[in-house]
Amino acid sequence: MTERLVVVGNGMAAGRVLEHLTEQAPGAYEITVFGAEPRVNYNRILLSPVLSGEKTFEQIVTHDDAWYAGRGIDLVKGREIVAIDRAARTVTAKDGTVAPYDKLLIAIGSMPFIVPVPGHKLPGVVAYRDLDDVNTMLAAAEKGGSAVVIGGGLLGLEAAAGLKMRGMEVTVLHLMPTLMERQLDVAAGHLLQQAMEARGIRVITRANTHSILGESRVTGVRLDDGTEIAADIVVMAVGIRPNATLAKAAGLAVNRGLLVDDHMRTDDPAILAVGECVEHRGQCYGLVAPLFEMAKVVAAQLAGDASAAYEGSVTSTKLKVTGVDLFSAGDFAEGEGREEIVLRDAARGVYKRLVIKDERLIGAVMYGETADGGWFFDLLRKGAPITEMRDTLIFGQAFVGGAALDPMAAVAALPDEAEICGCNGVCKGKITGTITEKGLTTLDEVRAHTKASASCGSCTGLVEQLMQLTLGEKFARAAVMPICACTTLGHDDVRRLILAKGLKSVPAVMQELEWKTSCGCSKCRPALNYYLLAAWPGEYEDDSQSRFINERVHANIQKDGTYSVVPRMWGGVTTAAELRAIADVADKFAIPTVKVTGGQRIDLLGVKKEDLPAVWADLNAAGMVSGHAYGKALRTVKTCVGSEWCRFGTQDSTGLGIRIEKFTWGSWTPAKVKMGVSGCPRNCAESTCKDIGVICVDSGYDIHFAGAAGLDIKGTEVLGHVDTEDEALEVIVALLQAYREQARYLERIYKWTKRVGVDSIRAQVLDDVEKRKALFARFVFSQQFAQVDPWAERVAGAEAHEFRPLARLETLEAAE
Amino acid sequence: MNAMAELWIDVGTVEDVPLRGARVITSEKGDIAVFRTAAGTLFALRDRCPHKGGPLSQGIVHDDGVACPLHNWVIDLSTGAARGADTGCTPVIPLRTEAGRILIDLSALR
Repeated sequence: MTERLVVVGNGMAAGRVLEHLTEQAPGAYEITVFGAEPRVNYNRILLSPVLSGEKTFEQIVTHDDAWYAGRGIDLVKGREIVAIDRAARTVTAKDGTVAPYDKLLIAIGSMPFIVPVPGHKLPGVVAYRDLDDVNTMLAAAEKGGSAVVIGGGLLGLEAAAGLKMRGMEVTVLHLMPTLMERQLDVAAGHLLQQAMEARGIRVITRANTHSILGESRVTGVRLDDGTEIAADIVVMAVGIRPNATLAKAAGLAVNRGLLVDDHMRTDDPAILAVGECVEHRGQCYGLVAPLFEMAKVVAAQLAGDASAAYEGSVTSTKLKVTGVDLFSAGDFAEGEGREEIVLRDAARGVYKRLVIKDERLIGAVMYGETADGGWFFDLLRKGAPITEMRDTLIFGQAFVGGAALDPMAAVAALPDEAEICGCNGVCKGKITGTITEKGLTTLDEVRAHTKASASCGSCTGLVEQLMQLTLGEKFARAAVMPICACTTLGHDDVRRLILAKGLKSVPAVMQELEWKTSCGCSKCRPALNYYLLAAWPGEYEDDSQSRFINERVHANIQKDGTYSVVPRMWGGVTTAAELRAIADVADKFAIPTVKVTGGQRIDLLGVKKEDLPAVWADLNAAGMVSGHAYGKALRTVKTCVGSEWCRFGTQDSTGLGIRIEKFTWGSWTPAKVKMGVSGCPRNCAESTCKDIGVICVDSGYDIHFAGAAGLDIKGTEVLGHVDTEDEALEVIVALLQAYREQARYLERIYKWTKRVGVDSIRAQVLDDVEKRKALFARFVFSQQFAQVDPWAERVAGAEAHEFRPLARLETLEAAE
Repeated sequence: MNAMAELWIDVGTVEDVPLRGARVITSEKGDIAVFRTAAGTLFALRDRCPHKGGPLSQGIVHDDGVACPLHNWVIDLSTGAARGADTGCTPVIPLRTEAGRILIDLSALR
């Protein structure tokens, strides 16, 4: 008698097994297939094109009714198997149907993971797993409205793109900082987010879903931070887990999935399993390629080849969203002995990264151009040595010879309307056009005719690149010192391009400006973080991991790894209560050294890192805030006692100093900024060696700047004279803002002044009243985001991980 | 007990360590720094720069290196060796992950 084979599940894995089996051993079994879905077998990975409308269901059917009939397979649709009786060798369906078997194949796939937040059972919350889910989504899309997709992985993004194409407003919520973080590195994840946003899909990363809102059906989603997003439908696509319930109830060995050996057998010799429901060598798979490899082995086993074995799969991923080319395969983490090759082509939106170990390719991430994905994947699976082609490997299979990468590509790719000179509002097209039209050949001529690079000079590098692009060999530009080894661009070029191209994150800058490393270095990252912060106040999210430790923990690291704490003393004025609080803190935390600084305040030295939040809490309680003694920021405004007490004082220098400090504290600057206000030309506040200084005189205020009293000693330059305190404040603030916008990172005011000239600065911040007021306004705007006491934030719990050890191993010996 | 025997200790979850960041494990035999790179790879080193003993855990993590906060020496996270013209080496602490947990081998500390 022919053996009876019962197949539970009718998905892609089962379908593939049946194909192989009926080909290799036709008639070997009397086959019955139970499918829970009321339809024939279809290609589940093409559900996304059905959702987006690019395909119909009929186009994705793999096996129609005739196919089953032609092979004598009895397909039982819409009947879910709910029990296996291993002793009697029967399966029982939900409706009571009992079917006997000699061999049983379990292929019931996986279950979508539903986040158990309040409201997850409301009508309108769907998974993305089968055609029914797609039909639910299509019904919702017909009415228009908005959709929220929870999960920014492969499935979630495909669902989002499909719903958007169907005309819905779509928001994707993703728990992690970048999309598809399991398949993509940070840079590619960022490009993907851009591409999604360009389609009008809103993406919120680091989004923790708090609850799903609605009474009788879904109306929206609330995040942990209180944000509410309206939604007519919520798609949960946070992941899948193997469907092992049936097997477990039958007493089969189950871990995460149904356990199988290399022959795809469970611990019951009559039962085999295949697909997403199994766990093989500790791995559960959710991609199609491994399922097909398993299916081949299962079919061979059933056909009588007992030696057929499955040894696990290396997987690759491709996103099926039209117009987004993305591919990843293998292991692309960093590690010992691993090297990377990175290629970025901003003009074409291409990012490729290969990870190599022992002269073999072990991982690949590609975005924007994935034609070579298959070739890389093949090299990777075969473990082929790549020594010979290493230099050109990243250009792909077709590459022969080829030219070196063009360092000017980023500038060449700028549109004509991109603003190059911010001071004079000159765009790229105007510059290149004028060069051609007037036959200009030198920088001075270009400055004279276009005014580009004629003011602060920070766009000089870009203007020179444009001249070189336009004139070719005829123009020899001065060499620009790159920021670091990660780029060929200098500081000024990067600053201008951040504005011109609207770059708003560190990964965006690195991609668009073709950084040569995947995540920069300790030299460029702090600079980029500052430039972005200065360019996009309120919009750019500070990247604390790109800051030096002092700015990251808001205290100064000392040689022994302890920290010093300096509270602000506005204008150098303190009170008995503040001093008492400082003394109490010093006692309470056994702070070894209390020292008066050169900037008229008090330094508490030798504070243990773990104590910092508690120290700050006590200082906050006495009304004191961070003095930013650790930052590239406003440090102090030193004052003398002025007209309030001094017999020579001409103006209230103390009051002005406090006013300036209260106005400007919290602002990040390219390098530290120290100021001084002296009440008369005797200059007791030593204002003439400060970054910005004021000398009060009977007739008003002389404003000085660009002094130095450190590595270099330099008296200040005179900026000019103003009559009133209000004017003095306005000029100082405008000067500070010009410095924030135009200087290079770590460049003190005196060095910036030396580079661009006193006159060009005076013209902007003193002579041209309109410019001065605009600078002032931009500073005021950015201060609303900056004037938050970082100590109070951390006392309240921000960045708590910075101040706590991961673990304390106090009883090391005992642990043995 | 054999002095060479491995001594694996669970010190926390992978997510406890910020990407491109580090955390410290205190011990009476000296601090240990656990790093997590942009790509998510974890490393552990003695929290002492070979130059002047600076706490490497406080440095900027880039690629698979860390810049010491005191004098900007760059230490390779996988080997503990200083990069570039500087020479010196920080002991590497064996580390592995298991189901999202970080384990380090403390036998190196004895």
